[in-house]
Amino acid sequence: MQEDKLTLSESELILRRAFANGLQISEESVNDALQYASTPGWDSVAHMALIASLDSTFDIMLDTDDVLELSSYPKAREILRKYGVRF
Amino acid sequence: MKLLQDRVGSITGASRGIGRATALEAARQGARLILIARSREGLEETAHQVENEGGVRPQIIVCDVADESSLKTAFREMHGYTKQLDFLVNNAGILRDAVIGMISTKQILEVLHTNLISLIQIMQFAARIMMGAKSGSIVNIASIIGRSGNEGQVVYGASKAGVIGATKSAARELAPHGIRVNAVAPGVIATSMIANIPESKKEELLGSIKMNRLGQPEEVAKIICVLASDYSSYVTGQILGVDGGMWL
Ligand SMILES: NC(=O)c1ccc[n+]([C@@H]2O[C@H](COP(=O)([O-])OP(=O)(O)OC[C@H]3O[C@@H](n4cnc5c(N)ncnc54)[C@H](OP(=O)(O)O)[C@@H]3O)[C@@H](O)[C@H]2O)c1
Repeated sequence: MQEDKLTLSESELILRRAFANGLQISEESVNDALQYASTPGWDSVAHMALIASLDSTFDIMLDTDDVLELSSYPKAREILRKYGVRF
Repeated sequence: MKLLQDRVGSITGASRGIGRATALEAARQGARLILIARSREGLEETAHQVENEGGVRPQIIVCDVADESSLKTAFREMHGYTKQLDFLVNNAGILRDAVIGMISTKQILEVLHTNLISLIQIMQFAARIMMGAKSGSIVNIASIIGRSGNEGQVVYGASKAGVIGATKSAARELAPHGIRVNAVAPGVIATSMIANIPESKKEELLGSIKMNRLGQPEEVAKIICVLASDYSSYVTGQILGVDGGMWL
């Protein structure tokens, strides 16, 4: 696991941490399969906590359209690229 | 200890009237402020008055809250100024009277965009910042008209009833995040908003106010500051009338 982490880019690690904080899950359980409404715990209330976590972690302000579109972990990466985050 | 010592707050519609009075009172109570309205001149004047009274010079953001792109730019600007937002006062509003049969769609949209839609959008923005801190207070400015209705005020009344519904729903949703949401419902307050009401109508309104006088913006501002502060730490989802006993 540790080795796996070391191969990830720094922003990927930060994104994982932000997801873990926002969704109140462990960093180890953050992966590309995470999906809004189907992952247990990722409901609309947790979604807003996740957005607050992404906003503060990356020092950005996600547009409401992006908040609505951010429906999976890979989608989060894609949206964050628009805000200048490089993975 | 002052009521809002070292708190950071934003007030919309702070270029005059109740918003300006709230900015002055909040600054007296120790708050650092971000003021929003369309008139730069009005905002500068409010900021100047805050400074003259010994308060920290507020940041000002010129923004038309009824315009979505202007609002988005304002959010970004505010986010650039501060990552802390302890309270928000959603005060910007307009009054457009028209009797049934003479209400244009343009007028409906203008009033709803300014008084209600922007308020919901600004609450969403503020809640995101407040959620990070797991605390905060949102104070929306409704109106007695949103509760009782009034002739010629179908649109304004609908917008302010909407503010009351939005306040109660947001209070339920945000309470678990430590964020309180309340509204103040002023009666008739002596600001430029009521300047164009004909004297005869004003007399009639006065007759319905048990305290037999108009309210002053400072009297609304003080209640707003209490709701913004920890003095109301167990109060949420309330609509507080500040109306001198109007229509009791
Ligand atoms: N006065 C009363 O009797 C009374 C009674 C009940 C409720 N209220 C409510 O109290 C609030 C304040 O009213 P007031 O009496 O202080 O009225 P006011 O003196 O006319 O002030 C209204 C404020 O709202 C701002 N505003 C209006 N449209 C805006 C827009 N599109 N974008 C940004 N700011 C905007 C104005 O600033 P700019 O023009 O510079 O943009 C101004 O600072 C309103 O929500 C009103 O409905 C007032």
